[in-house]
Amino acid sequence: MSELTEIRWHARAGQGAVTAAKLVAETALSQGRYMQAMPEYGPERTGAPLKAFTRVCDTPIEVHNNIVNPKIVVVLDETLLPIVDVTEGILEGGTVILNSRMDPATARDQLNVSSDITVATVDASGIAMDTIKRDIPNTPIVAALSKVTGVIPVDDLKEHVRESFGSKFSQDVIDANLESVDRAYEEVQSA
Amino acid sequence: MADVTVLSATGNTMVAEAYRQADPDVCVAYPITPQTTIVEGFAKYVANGQVHTRFVTVESEHSSMSACVGAAQAGARTFTATSSQGLCYMWEVLHIASGMRLPIVMANANRAISAPINIHCDHSDIMGARDSGWIIFFAETAQEAYDNTLIAVRVAEDKRVLLPVMPTLDGFITTHAMERCELLDDETVKNFVGERDAVNSLLDFDNPIGAGMFAAQQPYFEIKKAERDAIDASAPVIKEIGDEWASICGRPFDFVDTFECDDADYIIVVLGSCAGNARHVARELRDQGIKVGVARIRVFRPFPQQELVDALKGAKAIGVLDRSDSFGGEYAPVAAEICTCLYRAGVNIPIKDYIYGLGGADVTLDQMRQVYTDLQALADGKIDGDLTYLGVQ
Repeated sequence: MSELTEIRWHARAGQGAVTAAKLVAETALSQGRYMQAMPEYGPERTGAPLKAFTRVCDTPIEVHNNIVNPKIVVVLDETLLPIVDVTEGILEGGTVILNSRMDPATARDQLNVSSDITVATVDASGIAMDTIKRDIPNTPIVAALSKVTGVIPVDDLKEHVRESFGSKFSQDVIDANLESVDRAYEEVQSA
Repeated sequence: MADVTVLSATGNTMVAEAYRQADPDVCVAYPITPQTTIVEGFAKYVANGQVHTRFVTVESEHSSMSACVGAAQAGARTFTATSSQGLCYMWEVLHIASGMRLPIVMANANRAISAPINIHCDHSDIMGARDSGWIIFFAETAQEAYDNTLIAVRVAEDKRVLLPVMPTLDGFITTHAMERCELLDDETVKNFVGERDAVNSLLDFDNPIGAGMFAAQQPYFEIKKAERDAIDASAPVIKEIGDEWASICGRPFDFVDTFECDDADYIIVVLGSCAGNARHVARELRDQGIKVGVARIRVFRPFPQQELVDALKGAKAIGVLDRSDSFGGEYAPVAAEICTCLYRAGVNIPIKDYIYGLGGADVTLDQMRQVYTDLQALADGKIDGDLTYLGVQ
């Protein structure tokens, strides 16, 4: 993947979208690639809608601005769909990944996107509750992103989770996160 | 050969790392967004015993720069960092630091000024300090914020210079975004920055001096002339030290970083983090056969007039991007300066000044395309060069 890949994240503050944006970027870095990760800075209030951005490229990244034409859109909270135009500016042939119990066909109807857009859903919150025991859907949804788009290989993602979480969290927490990765990787569906 | 660690880091992390490696005697800290994580990160190094620094917390920026003046005059390697309202509040002491020829290093996170209150990037704060006698660098990336900070330490303390230096980085865009960066090993950096060998130290009891004295009319005038001569004479020293760092880290150092300016018809002049956006569009247009270029000013004080004249003199039209305004003035600071240096070189090229991205307003690639389109019309005499707000109807 030599060209620039731009990912836009939609979430509510507190769901770990910024951490997810960084997780993808850092995994790409561990592969020797170039990356950027940043939130759209604004007043930070838990529960308020926010955007975050990840850029990944094999060559140095020059641009420094918000992502307005993403190849990939990740939505961590389906209650944003009626209030935020999450697919605004999405590139032709792009992908939307949604944290939801909906099947991909229902999600496609709700998103109202053209047929060239891939729509994928995964119950990342449910998986997070089962494994991590908290509704922090960011790690599992990154696994779904890996499966559907291939932007980062899942083995590299798991390796990075092991390494970067290792200094901060107990083995139980790391194992739970790794389990959430495996489950989301298996369970994500696309249409 | 230097050992290099590749890491993901924000600009502020990289500045804090540069501060750690340069190991100041004194670091003065007062928090302000989006600078705070620099001194916060550095405070951790102090607490962990990784540096030999007296960490001084104060109650305002006016006091922080005052404490820096005292520490630097005592002979200490002295750092602080600030932004926006904090830089404004320091204003009178900035001039004292330069007037007393004190080699203080202060990173500035470039940010808008109130009112309305806004914490995001523009260059209004730093342009307010433009005439304060400080050497000023602008970083495009987190990596360059690191490089510029280390160069700043050497330049400030060089006995041929002895002036305060502000390595600046764009608020949030550079201070808080995570990018791929390279950190050189501590020993290499320590060898590069060396230790401060202070002259006229207040702690040199064998050679007592008075500092910060009154100067009557003519001596004052002559001291100010000496200050002007000092910052003018700093240019070759900055070049020498920047080139030395470039040879160590492998990244180029230029006062003006040019992209395809040699044969360009239309050139954008820009400072800081927006330069890559302009270059990205310039590459697109080059692929379409349109001859465009970008000139990014990295060293703003002393102003690199000859480098800019050389880069711009062959163009048919020039668009200057200003991230601050000089309200009521004909042009904003960067464009006014470009006009001055071109006029003095006898170069008469149509110019247009664009105010962009105030208060952190997103700078889109379409805006860059718009500027290049305008410049073709400007060269053909179809539009005028009046100051324009880019992205505001």
